[in-house]
Amino acid sequence: MKDEVTREERVTNLKGLGCSRKRVEDARFTQGKGNYVDDINLPGMLTGDFVRSPYAHARIKSINTDAAMALDGVIAVLTAKDLEPLGLHWMPTLAGDKQMVLADGKVLFQGQEVAFVVAKDRYIASDAVELVEVDYEELPVIVDPFKSMQSDVVLREDLDPKAPGAHGPRKHHNHIFTWEVGDEDGTNAVIDDADIVAEESMYYHRTHPCPLEPCGAVASMDKVNGKLTLWGTFQAPHVVRTVASLLSGIEEHNIRVVSPDIGGGFGNKVGVYPGYVCSIVASIVTGVPVKWVEDRMENLMSTAFARDYWMKGKISATKEGKITGLHCHVTADHGAFDACADPTKFPAGFMNICTGSYDIPIAYLGVDGVYTNKAPGGVSYRCSFRVTEAVYFIERMIEVLAIEMNMDAAELRRINFIKKEQFPYNSALGWEYDSGDYHTAWDKALKAVDYEGLRKEQAERVAAFKAGETRSIMGIGLSFFTEIVGAGPVKNCDILGMGMFDSCEIRIHPTGSAVARLGTISQGQGHATTFAQILASEIGISADSITIEEGDTDTAPYGLGTYGSRSTPVAGAAAAMVGRKIRAKAQMIAAYLLEVHDDDVEFDVDRFVVKGAPERFKTMSEIAYAAYNQAIPGLEPGLEAVSYYDPPNMTYPFGAYVCVMDIDVDTGVPTINRFCALDDCGTRINPMVIEGQVHGGLTEALAVALGQEIAYDDMGNCKTGTLMDFFLPTAWEVPNYETDFTVTPSPHHPIGAKGVGESPHVGGVPCFSNAVQEAFRPFGNRHTNMPHDHWRIWKTANDLGMHD
Amino acid sequence: MTKQMITMTVNGEKKEVLAEPRELLIYVLREKMGMTGPHVGCETSHCGACTVEIDGKSVKSCTMFAAQAQGAEITTIEGLGSPDSLHVLQESFKEHHGLQCGYCTPGMITRAHRLLQANPNPTEEEVRFGIAGNICRCTGYQNIVKSILSAAAELNAAKEAAQ
Repeated sequence: MKDEVTREERVTNLKGLGCSRKRVEDARFTQGKGNYVDDINLPGMLTGDFVRSPYAHARIKSINTDAAMALDGVIAVLTAKDLEPLGLHWMPTLAGDKQMVLADGKVLFQGQEVAFVVAKDRYIASDAVELVEVDYEELPVIVDPFKSMQSDVVLREDLDPKAPGAHGPRKHHNHIFTWEVGDEDGTNAVIDDADIVAEESMYYHRTHPCPLEPCGAVASMDKVNGKLTLWGTFQAPHVVRTVASLLSGIEEHNIRVVSPDIGGGFGNKVGVYPGYVCSIVASIVTGVPVKWVEDRMENLMSTAFARDYWMKGKISATKEGKITGLHCHVTADHGAFDACADPTKFPAGFMNICTGSYDIPIAYLGVDGVYTNKAPGGVSYRCSFRVTEAVYFIERMIEVLAIEMNMDAAELRRINFIKKEQFPYNSALGWEYDSGDYHTAWDKALKAVDYEGLRKEQAERVAAFKAGETRSIMGIGLSFFTEIVGAGPVKNCDILGMGMFDSCEIRIHPTGSAVARLGTISQGQGHATTFAQILASEIGISADSITIEEGDTDTAPYGLGTYGSRSTPVAGAAAAMVGRKIRAKAQMIAAYLLEVHDDDVEFDVDRFVVKGAPERFKTMSEIAYAAYNQAIPGLEPGLEAVSYYDPPNMTYPFGAYVCVMDIDVDTGVPTINRFCALDDCGTRINPMVIEGQVHGGLTEALAVALGQEIAYDDMGNCKTGTLMDFFLPTAWEVPNYETDFTVTPSPHHPIGAKGVGESPHVGGVPCFSNAVQEAFRPFGNRHTNMPHDHWRIWKTANDLGMHD
Repeated sequence: MTKQMITMTVNGEKKEVLAEPRELLIYVLREKMGMTGPHVGCETSHCGACTVEIDGKSVKSCTMFAAQAQGAEITTIEGLGSPDSLHVLQESFKEHHGLQCGYCTPGMITRAHRLLQANPNPTEEEVRFGIAGNICRCTGYQNIVKSILSAAAELNAAKEAAQ
């Protein structure tokens, strides 16, 4: 048979690894045909809505639902008393604590769920919420974790103050855990004897992932068949199914959880929220489907804050600038319930990556978790488990050390980077970094921005400012980050005991197209596009002929979901491995069809060819047809496989970022003139998608660094409950980014890929913050806390006497 | 509450719908007419996910009563193109990776459509200002701006060719 198509054309047609394949998701999204949870409209469906506490800390003396129940169209009003017989008035959190589903005797944060109204439509439900009378007795409010640790006021009366918590002994009735990593005595000894020591305290403020689509669920209990279907905004649908089964007692095979299209997650949709539980209970009680979708204010006030870390650091170095030790202590404000979404053995996530990209011989990290009267959460907002906090901490400590030593911060970084030949590198706090080439990335990024030229320009600007010729100063923000993404391995990463592997199952159809399902769920990352590319390269079927499905627990294999940039490192690896299983069987079929030994055929793009005789081949389509329709001795019919992948290690993407910023010292307004982001995520699956992820992550970093925060007053009132107060950047505030890359494959990932979606956020926050702070360095600034909104920047200038 | 009959033209089709005076247009479009393209992101006019076009203006349908749309001509994302013939903007957003999760996309494209009607040849700055009422949490806007500028160029070229 003559092959009309060139090999090059066959590679192009495959649309496999490395090409900027256009996204298959876009057809439905651009036409308004996405299917998000609030788009689901079932016959007879009821609406649920919450009565929420206006107080941050209060005892509930009584709840009167009579007036609400009397309203036409109200079906039910649930309180903790109604859930108690089912054992559902409290639920376990992902962090091993428990959380009230509906207020049980008291409320612990403003916006806490007190009662759940179920009505015929959203308007009646809102009316009924107003009619529920709750009698509160106000209690003293604690919003400061340091005061909380001193206070006689017991926040969590449900806990035995003397009993240990999920992560060991508790020091105080408002204390949650102490987590320590590293050698404290050794670190202190090194720091005490060091030539140079820099110390700094910094607050990484509370913020919120705020995806454009809020959280929600539709529960439908089919009493005839005993089956519960739950659609919802779940970043981990399989975990939700298991938790729902354990909580409700409904056997897991009778629960189907579906994550439909998800309108952004960024960590907000990892948690399990009272709304999910209440909609399930309400559907069981009423026998009809019940929808609950939070509004924006509820989203910002009650579901999944991020950060809120008070970090205190000491870093020591030799006179030449070689770092000798690092000490970090964190007071972590977890709010009213410890609902952090971290692997069980890591109560402060991967905060112990805080030695960053540097070869630091000894280090210590201690974290104390504390209860306050704030919303629970502590999710990883566009990062892997507290890595943003860790990278912000070390990248600020490097800047402070540079100030202490009167040294250039770029040079200080270069001196201390882990060297290429040191990988795999074992960090002082217990991680094995898989691969990296930091010096090459750093030099490339600095060259791209003409770093020396920028420093000259900045010096001229400082001189001009001091001479009274300008009121604008210039900041050069630097950051170099190492992310740690792709949890497992199962041996040390689990959530509530569920091991953090992931999975891919593929079924090749007789005519040579395929459907593949994974345990992850896209929230905008484009999995349907990129996972098909991985499979295309592995099995020789065009990505256009492979449908990717995720999010339906009845069809997809079990997996731990999408967060912490784990989809490509774990499920992407499973996809590659399942592809190799298919290929192994295809090789046997091809050899049989070509009447040669298995070892005499080899894979080539989209076919198996006889070695040394490329004109003799069988395409994957021919092989697939034969797999189903030809009796092949010793082989079962069919061509399908499943792979569960437990990663041997995490992957460690890294990057070098530079931000050039002007600041008007009289208005406090920053103008970003340049932002250059160099990312190394190992093997690149789809450059277009990677670039899009980088743009998005940087913009969320800009938001956090320059204004976005969840703030409370002393009474525990959330002051940032609407988009009027909570900063989301618009197109007007966001610059054009310049992107670049190096490629250092992961040595243990089947295709060498690492995660990337969260890198720009992790590296971006310190870069924007450093740009602001560095602009003020020549005027005496050492450290100011984020968010650097206009008022705070103005205040920095004012405190430094720049308005005098 | 007493319902009233509201008549409006949606994507070229005359529609009659019964709604209470307090019902917001976005919910009537989404829940009574099945137009689930426009989304709800904030209910306070900040995010623009609910953007539709009413009588030649971009409107955030989450802060307008359905009753106020009596007699209006409304275009939603569903009315901009069809599966067989996508609007240039829809093609352009796909081509330039101008979307990720897709939640803001219908509002964004509907807004961009009106922007290009009002200003067929905008500068980058005019595009950025023109879509500042529509928030996207995923893309960082760079590729959205690129998509809109590219669509503008394509529409202008087509117009020139037709002349």
